[in-house]
Amino acid sequence: MPPIGEIIRNSQIWKSIFRHPAPVDRRNRIVVMLTNFFLHLHPVSAKKQGIALSYTWCMGGVTFFLFLVETVTGVLLMFYYRPTIEWAYSDILVLRDVTSLGILRELHRWGAHAMVITVWLHMYRVFLTGSYKPPREFNWVLGVILLLLTLLLSFTGYLLPWDQLAIWAITVGSNMARAAPFLGHEGPGSQLLSVGGIDMITNASDARFGLLGARFVGEETLNRFYILHCIAIPLGAALLLAIHFWRIRKDGGISSPM
Amino acid sequence: MHGHLTYDEFLASISGFLCSYYLAVAVMNGLFAVYQWKVNGNQRLAVVWSVVGLVCVIMGGIVSSGDAGMISYVSVPDSIKNMIDAAMMPVTYSLGTLAILFALFITREYWVKPNMAWLGLNLMLIFMGLSIADVDFAAIVMKPDNVPIVGLIFLLAFFTWLATYKAVENDRRIAQGELPLEAIDNEKVLVWPDLVYTELICMVGLTAFLLLWAIVLQAPLEEPASSVKTPNPSKAPWYFLGLQEMLVYYDPWMAGVMLPNMVVAGLMAIPYIDFNKKGNGYYTINERKFAYLTFQFGFLVLWITLIVMGTFLRGPNWNFFGFYETWDAHKVQAMNNVDLSQLFWVDLLHQPLPRPDPADPFLIKTLIIFKREVIGILGLIGYFAILPPLLAMKEKRLFQPLYRRMGLIRYMVMANLFLWMATLPIKMLARWTMDMKYFISIPEYFINF
Ligand code: HEM
Repeated sequence: MPPIGEIIRNSQIWKSIFRHPAPVDRRNRIVVMLTNFFLHLHPVSAKKQGIALSYTWCMGGVTFFLFLVETVTGVLLMFYYRPTIEWAYSDILVLRDVTSLGILRELHRWGAHAMVITVWLHMYRVFLTGSYKPPREFNWVLGVILLLLTLLLSFTGYLLPWDQLAIWAITVGSNMARAAPFLGHEGPGSQLLSVGGIDMITNASDARFGLLGARFVGEETLNRFYILHCIAIPLGAALLLAIHFWRIRKDGGISSPM
Repeated sequence: MHGHLTYDEFLASISGFLCSYYLAVAVMNGLFAVYQWKVNGNQRLAVVWSVVGLVCVIMGGIVSSGDAGMISYVSVPDSIKNMIDAAMMPVTYSLGTLAILFALFITREYWVKPNMAWLGLNLMLIFMGLSIADVDFAAIVMKPDNVPIVGLIFLLAFFTWLATYKAVENDRRIAQGELPLEAIDNEKVLVWPDLVYTELICMVGLTAFLLLWAIVLQAPLEEPASSVKTPNPSKAPWYFLGLQEMLVYYDPWMAGVMLPNMVVAGLMAIPYIDFNKKGNGYYTINERKFAYLTFQFGFLVLWITLIVMGTFLRGPNWNFFGFYETWDAHKVQAMNNVDLSQLFWVDLLHQPLPRPDPADPFLIKTLIIFKREVIGILGLIGYFAILPPLLAMKEKRLFQPLYRRMGLIRYMVMANLFLWMATLPIKMLARWTMDMKYFISIPEYFINF
């Protein structure tokens, strides 16, 4: 009888799922990269030094993996969490004290901190290897936007447990928007924007109000941050990530000395 | 955090952790000793690092007793703690880190050698270990949300070492006319297995690490939100604490709006203003010194050290506290900062500060304000509009070589971004030396700079 692994690999079910034979020889190692959906993000071959762990630190990859961890744990958390002042805090308590496998929130929170750190380290590596230089200028710019989205994801998520730590951190952070030039009601130039003696920029119409949906961090803010955190920013980040990865390929793969 | 515990209870609560900490450091040193012996064949160093490991085992044994008297032998003595606290202020902290980083940069060829770097790592770890039996130190570094920042410091130290190690080696090779290491043995290889296996191992390792972290450390959850009970200090999330720290020197419209936007714009501009073709795709310092130093100044000095300061050293009322100082909400720090206009009109010319009458028409009011702030306004215009050309004029000096190769527009963008970044250290210095509050202060229109 042939080995069990071979039986499975030769079964109709296996073959219908994986469109390629086992990657054991050179030809099939190429085929696997081309025919597998998840692997086709990669090229078939790459420069040896470019993919060396000591060169890239795998930091971009680690950041992407953390993004996936956050997506999965985040979806699971959404099953337990209701974004209203009435329920948010107690749902988190239940999650901690009652739910089995109660480390979901820990995974999500520590993963988020880790992602902020790894995205900085990734940027650090890209800078130190000069990998933003032509032809990769624009991918660096995309990266800066991704960095910003990572911080915003983390920031909007910080509010959701609705504890003291959360609302005051967001209050301190969003108070800045009050001082935006022209757009904040305590910002320089905002007084100039008045029509017929009536100020257009007040504490109920300025940039901070737009961010919070209210004059202080409250019910509306929780809703706004929830939607930003769970839907809007992740979608934006996913799109940009796709372009980021696509550009790595189009820009000639990971950088290497010319 | 430990306010309700007696010191003995506190020690009992951390002695287990501290013991395993020292044992981990001991194991690390043991492995490094084996590496020195087997791989490098250096028996003397192997002995040295085994001895260090052994010392760590003994320290682990001592702390596991949980006894205050015993632990005091493996803690920073109170006299030194007091000295450190007394010496630590925003000035000494900021200039001190700058000086250390600069010294490391100058001596990089020396300390990147693995044994020196290993020594540095040991010193950092032992400093942590010796300090953690201090209640106040433990309270700031073991707060769950602060743990990632401790991790960040070690990760940055490690990766800065790795990158510098490679850059030093490459610079040496390039100076001898050889290719950088990344250019050697660089043929194409198949991504399966060479890359996908690396990725798989990273993924498995990271998953294990995250699971462990999540099990050991519970995510913080404080009391339910209350809009009437303001905590003191109220801190933004840690990655924004550099910005919050800038509030000490700037008004919110600068610290929270303008400067963050400038940081983002400046980062995005980097590829378009760095015209240097060298150093693309390999680690090097000598081939791109200006870019390297500017970035490191912005990232390590201005961004990271301010975050570390905002997280660990800023307590109630945003007062500055040393590593071992109790966060006392009643600490009073004298604040008698003055504006430049005050210094100019009152202290220098002995005249009253020009003051507009709220009833004056807009134009008159503006003129009076302009007169009051004239020094600051002219200074600012000079700084952003006149300084860049001046810097570019001096034959073969300062920015002139850059200007020649960059062209007018690129040069002006670069110079202005550079000067924007420099406003922060300038404001800090002015504050520390002259108690300067604002260079330009127009509270009438919310413009303070
Ligand atoms: C969510 C955040 C991000 C993710 C998931 C991500 C992912 C990746 C991955 C997987 C790579 C392949 C090489 C490597 O792993 O180092 C890469 C390359 C690159 N990334 Fe990112 N990145 C992110 C943010 C950034 C940021 C913040 C920057 C810069 C400001 C940046 C700039 C670049 C550039 C220029 C490359 C090409 C590097 C080279 O060819 O050596 N990325 N990114």
